[in-house]
Amino acid sequence: MSSDAVRLFETRRAEQIAARRRQTALFGVVFLAAFAVSVVVGEVSLERLATGLPRFFAYIERTLPTLSLATLGADLGRWFWNFEGWLRLLFDTILIAFVATTLGVIGGFLLSFAAAKNLVANPWIHHGARRFLELMRTVPELVFALFFVFAFGLGPMAGVLAIALHTLGVLGKLFAEINENVTAKSLDGVVAAGASFDQVIRFGVVPQVLPGFVSYTLLRFEINVRSASVIGFVGAGGIGQELMFVINQFIYTDISAILLMLIVTVALIDLGCEKLRHRLIGQESLK
Amino acid sequence: MSRPDSTRIAALAARYPGTIYAPPGQLWGRRAVVAGFFVAFLWASDHLGMSFARLLQGLQDLGIVASMMVPPTSAGFFWDYVHALGETLAMAFLGTLLASLASIPLGFLGARNVVANPVIHFGLRRVLDVIRGVDSLVWALIFVSVVGLGPFAGILAIALNDTGVLAKMYAEAIEGADRKASEGVAAAGGSKADIARLAIFPQVFPVFLSNSLYFFEANTRSATILGVVGAGGIGFFLADRIRVNAWSDVCFIILLILPTVALIDYLSRFLRERAIGVEPPAEALSR
Repeated sequence: MSSDAVRLFETRRAEQIAARRRQTALFGVVFLAAFAVSVVVGEVSLERLATGLPRFFAYIERTLPTLSLATLGADLGRWFWNFEGWLRLLFDTILIAFVATTLGVIGGFLLSFAAAKNLVANPWIHHGARRFLELMRTVPELVFALFFVFAFGLGPMAGVLAIALHTLGVLGKLFAEINENVTAKSLDGVVAAGASFDQVIRFGVVPQVLPGFVSYTLLRFEINVRSASVIGFVGAGGIGQELMFVINQFIYTDISAILLMLIVTVALIDLGCEKLRHRLIGQESLK
Repeated sequence: MSRPDSTRIAALAARYPGTIYAPPGQLWGRRAVVAGFFVAFLWASDHLGMSFARLLQGLQDLGIVASMMVPPTSAGFFWDYVHALGETLAMAFLGTLLASLASIPLGFLGARNVVANPVIHFGLRRVLDVIRGVDSLVWALIFVSVVGLGPFAGILAIALNDTGVLAKMYAEAIEGADRKASEGVAAAGGSKADIARLAIFPQVFPVFLSNSLYFFEANTRSATILGVVGAGGIGFFLADRIRVNAWSDVCFIILLILPTVALIDYLSRFLRERAIGVEPPAEALSR
């Protein structure tokens, strides 16, 4: 009797170990196959890597300006010769992110209630809203921007709308997930007092979800500033167009000057948003 | 919801100031912030050249585009599209793989509890900040001018950009690892390398794996657009077909991209739950 149990245990264990080994081997084979195919399709070779990397470091070196301590002011002046022009473009870039985030938040806010399972009983509505948000999220901003440049012409308006649509998709989904975590008790309470749908949203849901919404919005704004900086690659406004021009024309020191300004701006905005987030909702609720 | 008698509310509000209505200072402060935000939004929209007239005109154009999209056609380019899509996946796969491999040693070097020298980890963290601060599309553009057009530039761009993010995340995971295991290995006479290999690595490996898988998913999305700047993949065809207004081809390409991205999302989520040892919830599988 007891030896039966031991034997049963041993065979089961051997089976499990064998199954795990088979699985690991299978993953290994699939991984190696994917790697081999990718190397061929991706046109990768050690030779290209060996010649490419030194050229990349040489490229980076060439973008660095010659600065000497004796003539630092003049050197910096020559490096950032178009400082004011670039600053204006950076300002436009931030405005694009700001307007796009605002529009995206408005759209995402409205749709998030339709996409929340606990608020809308009709499966057609919340599935429809979910799929729509999914589509907006999956299409990259740059693709929307390509379309909108055709429809709205070159310039920031196309960029704003492209980033706004993508933001709507991302935030709508995140907001809907927050909505679904609202405690049922507060909803029941408002419903029991005879509230209509919009009153349930206003008094039962919004007070609970607002801190989460604000936090996600600020995070998204940071991301959108980055997106707005490259949306100009397809002619949709901001500093991207200038950046693409100097890279394509090999104006080396301008590349590093613009990128440096961009990095500092993005870092400052990240810092500001983080401060604001902590002040608005406190460090506890971030976890 | 019918309100209670308004005179009673007024009486209560007068007796307990700050409970029913916010104190006037706070109320007007909040209104000022909202009004300021609204004015800023309108000014920014106007500054960026946005207007309802342009919006309506553009929407009309988009309607025309949408009508020209059906029926989607490949115009004999089907296998070229499939190959380009394969390039996109290969770029995401190899880029993520390269970045993950490079991030393991960099993560250890950047972790305060492994490398005691503050100069090394502070310097490394700042270099990573700069790499991360530049969008992968910018890196792609730079790599196109360094190694030429094609997917190889895209792979390097993804690898470099992700190294900036992953190495930082890995370093943070290593810093958050339980120190007792390290002390145990040290007490048993282990060297620094032994501690890294035997005490820290087993703790952080699942985190590494799950992050890398998540990045593969995200990179598949971003790799679809790297072709816009000539760095290989389906983005090249997409941007090209939009530029020549071949809308039914555009529709076909988008219909190819969306299910591919969804498939990779599903695969990555599945593997991620495998890697951290959690059974995938039924909800994730049904999506």
